[in-house]
Amino acid sequence: MSEARELYQEIILDHNKKPRNFFKLEKADLTAEGYNPICGDRISVYLQMDGDHISNITFQGSGCAISKASASLMTSSIKGKSKEEAEDLVGKFRKLIMGEAPGDDLGKLTVFEGVSEFPARVKCASLAWHTLQAALEKKRETVSTE
Amino acid sequence: MRDAKKISEQPSFDVWKVRRDFPALNQTVHEKKLVYLDNAATSQKPQTVIDAVSHFYSQDCSNIHRGVHTLSERATKSYEEAREKVRQFIGARSTKEIIFVRGATEAINLVAQTYGRTCLKEGDEIIISAMEHHSNIVPWQILCEQRKTRLRVIPMNDRGELLLEELARLLGPRTKLLSVVHVSNALGTINPVKKIISMAHQFGVPVLIDGAQAVPHLTVNVQDLDCDFYTFSSHKVYGPTGVGVLYGKEALLEKMPPYQGGGDMISSVTFEKTLYNTLPYRFEAGTPNIAGGIGLGRAIDYLNHEVGIEVASHYEKELLDYATEQISKIPGVRIIGTASEKMGVLSFVFDDIHPHDVGTLLDEEGIAIRTGHHCAQPVMERFKVPATCRASFSFYNTKEEVDALVRGLHKVREVFK
Repeated sequence: MSEARELYQEIILDHNKKPRNFFKLEKADLTAEGYNPICGDRISVYLQMDGDHISNITFQGSGCAISKASASLMTSSIKGKSKEEAEDLVGKFRKLIMGEAPGDDLGKLTVFEGVSEFPARVKCASLAWHTLQAALEKKRETVSTE
Repeated sequence: MRDAKKISEQPSFDVWKVRRDFPALNQTVHEKKLVYLDNAATSQKPQTVIDAVSHFYSQDCSNIHRGVHTLSERATKSYEEAREKVRQFIGARSTKEIIFVRGATEAINLVAQTYGRTCLKEGDEIIISAMEHHSNIVPWQILCEQRKTRLRVIPMNDRGELLLEELARLLGPRTKLLSVVHVSNALGTINPVKKIISMAHQFGVPVLIDGAQAVPHLTVNVQDLDCDFYTFSSHKVYGPTGVGVLYGKEALLEKMPPYQGGGDMISSVTFEKTLYNTLPYRFEAGTPNIAGGIGLGRAIDYLNHEVGIEVASHYEKELLDYATEQISKIPGVRIIGTASEKMGVLSFVFDDIHPHDVGTLLDEEGIAIRTGHHCAQPVMERFKVPATCRASFSFYNTKEEVDALVRGLHKVREVFK
């Protein structure tokens, strides 16, 4: 299991087993729902804003290890960022998992670099990030990966 | 290993011999021997089918049913011979009842949009079952919107067996059509379709049977079943993609308006009036998948003469039982679909590992299974799982391959421990 084993690194398995910020924020300022119809993964993202800053971010939902770990690590890296910084990170993460740009400055998120080798799994990794983007854009309907 | 020998040593069926007929099986994936267990999605093709398709394009390529030249006559003959092979294969009375379509999905859409649109009216009811593939749900929902008809659903129990007493309650004067799957693609359940058909016929209700997963494993006789329509796809029964069959009783087909208009489905056209062709051509507008039809005919020959569907069926059942037994032993695994009558399909979930993670890790071992909702989302909802892992078997699979799958699943467990 060489390549696949590389994909399922310890940090991904850990965030799958013990997802961080994995609860519903009752007093969220922004929320969005994401859905991947191919695998049935569902996720909700909750944001508390302090002006233009994301003071808190949590998520809930069900999905595979890649999508859950991606959501968990996303919440950890987004907390405290400005809306603009968050959107910049969404773009960089997308490029990373598409194999379009290295994630040298993405810290822990670089563990998702291997996803680009698995085209069928790119959407698993991107679901939470699509949903975050939708929340920031205040979209009301569920965003779909399709 | 001893048991593996027992199966392969059966004088009637030599799995190692038939495996040689399928070139795609003989390859490596991620430097591992390919273990192809996604046969319910599509089967591999024997060399003889590949040769038949190739022969058409390299020797007989021409259009059918109209040319007077030699190539067209050869192509027409081969294509119509394939229709006769299909007739014999499913035990139809006449080749007029064998309509070539793109696949089982188109066959169901054809019935919905011709029989359904003309014979159903507001308030009428169509019965399907809780274990249908989306292709036997959505065409009826489209029809329900068009004709303001209502869709009713036969429920199933926790083993994945239809509740016939509930069907008895659903059937009534409003019921105008029943459409049900023969073998479930998500659960493997073999439905008692003969019984279901006879229950429906007591109310004068015509029945469509979706046989896409049945025809590769079971001997089907449409006259014995007494179904009104039967559908299947070539590519799941060792033939090419892009071709399938709609069987319909002649009397019903005669009453139905055409599906699509165009060439081949007419007998004469003027701007004032068009006369439609006779059966089965009336439902076959445009140039069909000629090579595909010929390939399907060859696949049927192969099944009949080189394999033997009865012995293959027996072998496949043993293989499924062996796989069920072995996979049930893996800690944390739950089988989805435990009907007493099953064929071809083994769906399962780990209690704490998502099927997509399982699929990706198995692929690394050269093992191809399907993970997802299998185009049967209501089934997933019924069993409260987002998706399942599905291993599906053909007569060319071996006990050693089942063992490889079990080893692979243990490795998956290790990664997620």
